[in-house]
Amino acid sequence: MHVDKRPRSFYALAAVFGAFVLFLYGPMIAIFVLSFQGPEGGLTFPMRGVSLHWFGKLWEGMGVVDVAAAFRRSVALGTVVMLLTVLLSLGAGLAFRKRFAGSGVLFYTSVASLIMPSIVVSLGIGLQFRLVDTAFKAVLESVGAAGLLEGYGTAMGLYTSALGAHLTWTLPFGLLIMLAVFNRFNPAFEEAAADLGATPWQSFRHVVLPLIAPSLVGVGMFGFTLSWDEIARTSQAIGDVNTLPLELQGLTSTVTTPAIYALGTVTTVVSFVVMGCTLALVKFLGKRRGA
Amino acid sequence: MKAPATLQATPFALVFLLFLVLPLVLVGVVSFWRASDYELIPAFTLQNYVDVFNATTARTYLSTLKFCVLVWAVTLLLGFAVAYFLAFHVKSVGAQTLLFILCTVPFWTSNVIRMISWVPLLGRNGLVNQGLQALNIIDSPIEWLLFSDFSVVLAFVHLYTMFMIVPIFNSMMRIDRALIEAARDGGATGWQTVWNVVVPLSRTGIVIGSIFVITIVMGDFVTIGVMGGQQIASVGKIIQVQTSYLQFPMAAANAVILLAVTLMMIWGLTRLVDIRKEL
Repeated sequence: MHVDKRPRSFYALAAVFGAFVLFLYGPMIAIFVLSFQGPEGGLTFPMRGVSLHWFGKLWEGMGVVDVAAAFRRSVALGTVVMLLTVLLSLGAGLAFRKRFAGSGVLFYTSVASLIMPSIVVSLGIGLQFRLVDTAFKAVLESVGAAGLLEGYGTAMGLYTSALGAHLTWTLPFGLLIMLAVFNRFNPAFEEAAADLGATPWQSFRHVVLPLIAPSLVGVGMFGFTLSWDEIARTSQAIGDVNTLPLELQGLTSTVTTPAIYALGTVTTVVSFVVMGCTLALVKFLGKRRGA
Repeated sequence: MKAPATLQATPFALVFLLFLVLPLVLVGVVSFWRASDYELIPAFTLQNYVDVFNATTARTYLSTLKFCVLVWAVTLLLGFAVAYFLAFHVKSVGAQTLLFILCTVPFWTSNVIRMISWVPLLGRNGLVNQGLQALNIIDSPIEWLLFSDFSVVLAFVHLYTMFMIVPIFNSMMRIDRALIEAARDGGATGWQTVWNVVVPLSRTGIVIGSIFVITIVMGDFVTIGVMGGQQIASVGKIIQVQTSYLQFPMAAANAVILLAVTLMMIWGLTRLVDIRKEL
């Protein structure tokens, strides 16, 4: 395009952009560095030696909080959310290519889910499960199953209410990505497959699926990272055990050692590993398609 | 795939029915119920709504609105500037992508971590205070840097400016560059081009970004909690506290009002933009 001299506004905006990037990264770098604080060091600079002391402390657990267990729970829940987000978004994406009754309502419902204040959704799910518990206990009581009644705590939990809460957050993103993908999808590929005698399943399995595989990986990554970081929607919709971000939120007011920075570094590393694996997988799928 | 579309969309729809629609209906219903200390009593009372309207709640709503307006204004200006830079000043697609990724990477870190990452900078003995003291600009540490309104707004801007940048950038990339040329040829100054051409054509992105930011701030209790040192009230926090004390009907009434206020703001926003278009 133009090779003319850059206007003054370029330099002003470049400075704004630079400051913005510094603003984004500066604090992160600070806690990354401080998580390697020596055993004598505190929450702020200066560094008093360099050590892995606080990572060790972290693994031993922080007070009453079993960080390792919360970590495992979050990974497990994130994985389930990821798989369900891919499967359900793919199904919905395929459905939206055709016309079906209620498609408009479904689309606007998922957009509404995206912009609904999370605390309202969370309260609703928490309330729902409490009412379910009450009703269930009443039923148990009326049939006289005292043993069962004793053992029954709540239907709320990681794979019931929390899973549902996470899906209301991840599925709208999944659907929007799938809609964007299928908008650009050329139906000629499937027509060609059908002309050559492929069954609908074969055409899906061998034509459509390989073409959209990288996007599905992207949807999965979105699902995992959104779940991995979710607090607001989970907060009122989880039973006795907490996910890692919820524990982390609690720890911010009680832990006053760099161990909390170490935890920050660890969770960030997990996010980056997930991103890295995703990009590698997308690249691999892309290469296989090219071959 | 010849499978019926309805069947394919069913699991997706069921999730929203079970975990969004039904819970919201229940919130609406329970907001008219009564509660004792340990159980919910189905009844019809407007008492919860009457109780919501008191001076304390009004102050909390005003405080939340204040944060909302501040954060919205800052993220909009900053987001617009960054998006404008990326869309119009960075000419190569490669550089554009790279800079865009640079902005998105921090997004993959936990929000709570990004909040507490301000502690070593803004704390009493943080880098900012240390620096200012070393330069003899201040004698004693500034106390309002952390766990204050300032740090709450800062954290919101830090966390959510991306929600502005992405949709605005997306809109800007669709603007026909010939229109900018035409404005310049017609004698428009840089500002006039931005205000009369770019801003109206980025309308969709601005509205989408604003809706995201407003709904996030209106319902927030995590950021205000952590960055306010658990000392600043917000509507989301009221709901959270009432829920944890099992005051479900009160929490539900607050949630209904919060939802109504948020929807009104969104509606107003879209109207505002449409009116501009019609002028």
